Amino acid sequence: MAFVSSGYNPDKPMENRNSDIGPRKFDEFYPEVIKNNKGKWLYHEILEPGVLVHVAESGDKVFTVRAGGARLMSTTHIREICELADKHCSGHVRFTTRNNIEFMVDEESKVKPLKDDLESRKFAGGSFKFPVGGTGAGVTNIIHTQGWIHCHTPATDASGPVKATMDVLFDDFKNMRLPAQLRVSLACCLNMCGAVHCSDIAILGYHRKPPLLDHEYLDKMCEIPLAIAACPTAAIKPAKVEFKGQEVKSVAVKEDRCMFCGNCYTMCPSMPLADKDGDGIVIMAGGKVSNRISAPKFSKVVVAFIPNEAPRWPTTTKVIKNMIEAYSDNANKYERLGEWAERIGWERFFEICELDFTHHLIDDFRDAAYYTWRQTTQFKFTK
Amino acid sequence: MAKHETPLLDQLESGPWPSFVSDLKQEAEKRAKNEAGLELQIPVDVVDDLLGVLELSFKHGKTHWKHGGIVGVFGYGGGVIGRYCDQPEMFPGVAHFHTVRVAQPAGKYYTTKYLKELCDLWDFRGSGITNMHGSTGDIILIGTTTPQLEEIFYEMSHNMDQDLGGSGSNLRTPADCIGQSRCEYACYDTQDICHHLTIEYQDELHRPAFPYKFKFKFDGCPNCCVASIARSDLSFIGTWKDDIRIDQEAVAGYVGGEFLPNGGAHAGRDWGAFDIQKEVVDLCPTGCMKYEGKKLQINTRECTRCMHCINVMPRALRIGQETGCSILAGAKAPILDGAQMGSLLVPFVEVNPDNDYQAIKDVIEPIWDWWMEEGKNRERLGELIKRQGFQRLLEATGIEPVPQHVKEPRTNPYIFWKEEEVEGGWTRDIDEFRKDHKR
Repeated sequence: MAFVSSGYNPDKPMENRNSDIGPRKFDEFYPEVIKNNKGKWLYHEILEPGVLVHVAESGDKVFTVRAGGARLMSTTHIREICELADKHCSGHVRFTTRNNIEFMVDEESKVKPLKDDLESRKFAGGSFKFPVGGTGAGVTNIIHTQGWIHCHTPATDASGPVKATMDVLFDDFKNMRLPAQLRVSLACCLNMCGAVHCSDIAILGYHRKPPLLDHEYLDKMCEIPLAIAACPTAAIKPAKVEFKGQEVKSVAVKEDRCMFCGNCYTMCPSMPLADKDGDGIVIMAGGKVSNRISAPKFSKVVVAFIPNEAPRWPTTTKVIKNMIEAYSDNANKYERLGEWAERIGWERFFEICELDFTHHLIDDFRDAAYYTWRQTTQFKFTK
Repeated sequence: MAKHETPLLDQLESGPWPSFVSDLKQEAEKRAKNEAGLELQIPVDVVDDLLGVLELSFKHGKTHWKHGGIVGVFGYGGGVIGRYCDQPEMFPGVAHFHTVRVAQPAGKYYTTKYLKELCDLWDFRGSGITNMHGSTGDIILIGTTTPQLEEIFYEMSHNMDQDLGGSGSNLRTPADCIGQSRCEYACYDTQDICHHLTIEYQDELHRPAFPYKFKFKFDGCPNCCVASIARSDLSFIGTWKDDIRIDQEAVAGYVGGEFLPNGGAHAGRDWGAFDIQKEVVDLCPTGCMKYEGKKLQINTRECTRCMHCINVMPRALRIGQETGCSILAGAKAPILDGAQMGSLLVPFVEVNPDNDYQAIKDVIEPIWDWWMEEGKNRERLGELIKRQGFQRLLEATGIEPVPQHVKEPRTNPYIFWKEEEVEGGWTRDIDEFRKDHKR
């Protein structure tokens, strides 16, 4: 393959340079019905799982068909989305915050052909390309991070566990039987690019072994003071180490103070944490971002560790499925998972969800921990 | 014939949910065939090798991507993330496999024309693999080589009128909810302000000058579909001051079963007949509603605008007309000091495009000045607020303290009184003191 220049001249990088132009302006991408009725919508309805109608003051209606998708997608797949949007939606399409694909049409008669077309398309391996659903009181698409496909710090994969989990929760993507919407998120390490800390159910990758120390290269590759400063528990100190008969500058880690956050590795590539046995998944539950009825909540750790069981993470998906069934059977209408847990008490939550309670689940990180302990004689007895 | 055996990944092709493995395989095949006859600028087998290295990670239970790498385009400090494979001999196609972040349009609406142009560029100069979208909101193009970076930027910025997004210690690409474009709950035009501030602060977005990352997110209402309250240093959430508009006829429609509650969101189960007392009035967190004599009443002064009643009866209840937004500061994920939710800083501010959102910029810019002055390396705004106290944030922004700023007043009396607040100041004479108090 021969290099093909775009016109960029490396000898004069500033020549004809366009910079600081930002993204394209949103309104050039609006479908006609959106352009005409923006700010004048009256109400909406979910006609069936995955199909919404929004009605405007003008009487105009926009029908949205929502399809799930892997956020990791090829240009071949995007071109197929374009083909669908050209065929049914006058060449317009949008994506949601949760990586769903929304196809909009301006007449009800166009909904069925669109939906049928979406649902008829399958990958060679047999999975749906564009499953319709993800609305109302059900499970919608999992937001997630990169994982092993492209990240340097993950403690688990992202696309793999998400595919495995969504396969197990697929009926609830296609249905709206739950007490309220249920948001599942995955972050492949504590950095939480996916901001899973306020999800009904969060799948979080976590390391459990302190960093390895690559003494030979540490001082060459890292700013040692930065690595030391990066540690939230002050577990890292400078050290002079014997390496092949020579004294080298490096660091020492007080291992019993390590909480495995990986922040040192972010600052210093010579301190890797990843390990097949050490790494795995933490399950958190009961968070939300909406201000509806109760204030937004953080998710709480309900399972301290599940090993990475590639390729289908069966223990993780089983724990999640059981939790959702318990929630579905026991919560009141409109009650989010965390609101249900708070109403019945977390001790009852562990009992109903058949989850073991271990010392790992009692907070011992700084001041905030105290406020999570029970300072009352009010509690429930459990089996 | 696949280049690498992938027995573990192959198990993720079955099941109903869209399989990324099947998608990667079809892309690998497309590149191998190259029916369009492109002069592919990065290795033809890049996706085969991506499948290969991922299979190895599934086997090893560990990633095979090296730590970082400083690459980018001239004049920008962000937008490209360097990535190298730690097994380059086994997988030469992905030895260099950098990420390009592309600033997404507000609202994530697209024309197919635009998307096809992006695909053409990425097939030609990259792997053909993307994220639609990354967590912060950008379009993520996964996998290209260093010599292609300037070429991609040049083509994008010349032929597509399109810029890169943010990465590193700068303003990250702002993101918004669907807003007024298709939602009746939106209290302001999230897309317009998101776009306006993205353009206004291009320098902050492209050239890292901050202690750490900084995120804006725009939610049109307190339902917070874009999760601004949990994950943005400054979160702009639509709200209103006046009455919720009530259409009593439509209320009767819900009570009579003519309309499904919550827009039909609960239609997958028989929850019994709609009960307005139980499902709306009794669930109101402030108890500010009454349903008497077939009339719904809301005491606006007591309402905290949680959205529940509006969500349940969207045909009958509408947000007020005196709209604006609340600004919350300091949300972040747990790294390092634990997760933080945004804390209410500005209870209500107008969102006014006619003066280029000046009232909002007047909040943003002093916060940046304070954070750039006082923030430590890699300290998020929320951590600085915690370290120095909410009072310092109020001082920096010139915002007067109001009870809305707290859930409850402090339970300890350890007040850091300032000298000027205490009568007579702090300078005293010990000899004067001893005249009345012998040693």
